[in-house]
Amino acid sequence: MDWFPLLNSVRIAAISCVIVFFTGIFAAYYAVRLPRALKGVLDVVLTLPLVLPPTVCGYFLIMVFGVQRPLGAFLAQFGIKFVMTWYGGVLAAALVAFPLMYRTARGAFESFDKTLAYSGQTLGLSNTYIFWRIRMPACRQGILAGTVLAFARALGEYGATSMLIGYTPGKTATISTTVYQLWRTNNDGLAFKWVLVNIVISALVLTAVNLLEKREGSEKPKKKVAAP
Amino acid sequence: MSLSVEIQKNLGDFRLDVSFETDDDVTGLLGASGSGKSMTLMCIAGVVKPSSGRIILNGKTLFDAERRIDLAPQQRRIGYLFQNYALFPNMTVRQNILCGLRSAKEGGGGGGGDRDRDRGRDQARDKARDKADRERSLQEIIEVMRLGGLENRRPSQLSGGQQQRVALARILVGNPELLILDEPFSALDSHLRGQLQIETQKLLKGFGKDVVLVTHNRDEAYQLCRKIALLDAGKLTVYKDTKEFFRDPESRAAAFLTGCKNVVDAQKTGDYEVSVPDWGVRFTTERPVGDTLCAIGIRAHFFNPKAIQNRFPVLLSDEIEDPFEYTMLFRYTGQTGESPDIWWKIPKEKRREHFPTEMGVAPENIILLYG
Repeated sequence: MDWFPLLNSVRIAAISCVIVFFTGIFAAYYAVRLPRALKGVLDVVLTLPLVLPPTVCGYFLIMVFGVQRPLGAFLAQFGIKFVMTWYGGVLAAALVAFPLMYRTARGAFESFDKTLAYSGQTLGLSNTYIFWRIRMPACRQGILAGTVLAFARALGEYGATSMLIGYTPGKTATISTTVYQLWRTNNDGLAFKWVLVNIVISALVLTAVNLLEKREGSEKPKKKVAAP
Repeated sequence: MSLSVEIQKNLGDFRLDVSFETDDDVTGLLGASGSGKSMTLMCIAGVVKPSSGRIILNGKTLFDAERRIDLAPQQRRIGYLFQNYALFPNMTVRQNILCGLRSAKEGGGGGGGDRDRDRGRDQARDKARDKADRERSLQEIIEVMRLGGLENRRPSQLSGGQQQRVALARILVGNPELLILDEPFSALDSHLRGQLQIETQKLLKGFGKDVVLVTHNRDEAYQLCRKIALLDAGKLTVYKDTKEFFRDPESRAAAFLTGCKNVVDAQKTGDYEVSVPDWGVRFTTERPVGDTLCAIGIRAHFFNPKAIQNRFPVLLSDEIEDPFEYTMLFRYTGQTGESPDIWWKIPKEKRREHFPTEMGVAPENIILLYG
């Protein structure tokens, strides 16, 4: 059994998850401060990939990054090609997973107590420090949830990926495109093996999340040492 | 040492327009909720930007719309005690207090948000000395604020009073130029409140710089503040010494905030006489009555059945027993039906078997109100 699809899927999911982590948080952080009307518009645009069929997202990606297109042609001059390459898969997965990170992070930021940031500022703490050491820890639960959702979504991405990078064994094949390809070519046995692999990965991710949450949970209940 | 504020801020229908000056004082900012107290404080601290105006603290311009000066909150060196204390929940008491020292280390005066840049320059030797300095300041403030033994607790593991002390320690350790206290006792129950008020009073005396304190509570205002500014719908309507404020609050809103229970419409009928149509009486006053008089106030403790002046027949309508005094609700015999009962409070030992048939008020106890 050729393990390339596993490697490819995991690297696509991992890299896109990192990208989405930062861009999603960044977008959420600034969206919270926008005036209401602008925020509404931005919200629709940024959440669209979540509601659109992934194939439509893939279509848009091809329309933008296709080598015949201005941007795609421009990038191709520098040897950067998103069509039929594995890092095109990163792009597709990131686009589709982005709204999950953005929305959960935004929810967390919205419920963040502003006076914590204000008091940090009046104490003289830099805005960077306040962001990473006060805001992020306070919003940890939401951001962790968003990251997991984004990773899971990226790992399972099929529609936009297959549109943009297709299925080339050993080059662009991911687990999900491999399962489809194997089933289509009547190779049910191998397809089933990949299904199992996918289930194992998902179970591992979920277990890891549960462990993380539990560890955080056990940090807190020192509360029981009540104040005298 | 002085704070001079003159700011305007437009927020939809609401317009904040405030100007006052303090010097080495504790200034109380009084006002109903929504009157713009917190907005004023946040403008001074720099977390909210005023639309126009000027803020000058100890000779340093913090904000000047015309000269386009707007210092970041980090550079203003203002200690801001938030209503909920705003302790960082993910940090221990020690880490919380260290936050207050993080910026103060570099030269004090200006450096705020440049922590990261400064860090690169620091030599190892300076760093070590710095660390020792900070540790010493930390231990000092922990002792002053009686926080010993709590250093490794999280805010959620502290009582309300302890949380407040941590928040104050975190602010004071940075040696701010101005202290802002936003309803510092509102999150505490009444027992703790009294105790902390006395402690805070001592602390403020020792602070020696300007303090702006927001409060709803008249006892707090009276005990802690030298001067009082009254905010009403975004406007500063009264600003004077605390004792004078309580003696002559000038406006209805101020009279209510000082705890005056009986406020009623009145008209000028003579240089030293007012008529109160709702009560069907005329009072002689000690102070000359201004032409724009619109109401008078009489504190519940200031009625006196033995007073000779301003004496009119009354009828008891209800009686409420409090722990240490009685509240008698009475009406003048000529009082109109819609106007509410009048409050009279007397200590328990002064209560007589029979309610007096006539009630008087000394002329100096009639508060003249003009707005």
